[in-house]
Amino acid sequence: MKNRLKVLRAERDWTQAQLAERLEVSRQTVNAIEKGKFDPSLPLAFKAARLFGMAIEDIFQDEAAA
Amino acid sequence: MNEPNAKPGGWAAANARNTLLLAYWTGAWVATQALAVFGPGRLWSSGQTLTALVLLANVATGVGMILAFRRHLNGLDELQKRIQLEAMALCLGVGLVAGMAFSTLYVTKLIPFDAKISHLVILMGLTYLAGILLGHRKYQ
Repeated sequence: MKNRLKVLRAERDWTQAQLAERLEVSRQTVNAIEKGKFDPSLPLAFKAARLFGMAIEDIFQDEAAA
Repeated sequence: MNEPNAKPGGWAAANARNTLLLAYWTGAWVATQALAVFGPGRLWSSGQTLTALVLLANVATGVGMILAFRRHLNGLDELQKRIQLEAMALCLGVGLVAGMAFSTLYVTKLIPFDAKISHLVILMGLTYLAGILLGHRKYQ
């Protein structure tokens, strides 16, 4: 699954640690999601969507469907 | 700069507190275990009652350690939980396979020494530690 988390974070000048604190996860988790090594659960994806004020599909895209 | 409303002392601080709590309970359990094993004959010469009380304290701190570990796990985020799950699966598998093989070696007298439970505990501890390190490396 691809995602735009790194771009959205960079647009807001947030560090991984700041985003992690906001999402209530570890910095390692944010890093793993950004690198595509770990797919977040639906609740975490919704949390990220709420944080950035976007729809989930605008942040996370299914690579198979792309 | 667009600062996120990060709450100091939030999830990360709670996580650190849970880890510290687990360390305290584990330390207490190890200390009472050592006292129960080495106390009779070294710290006190006789008295089954004292030994029984220390053993009771050991079981009680063991229960505390289990509850603290559960609290620690529940406080982790989803990636950390996955790392823990994979490490515990590895630990359980290695413990079961190596434990049975070790026991069979002892029963069939293929090893010249006693198969002690402490050997298995050390193996499982090291396997769990290796599993955690591998997990962190995998999702780095």
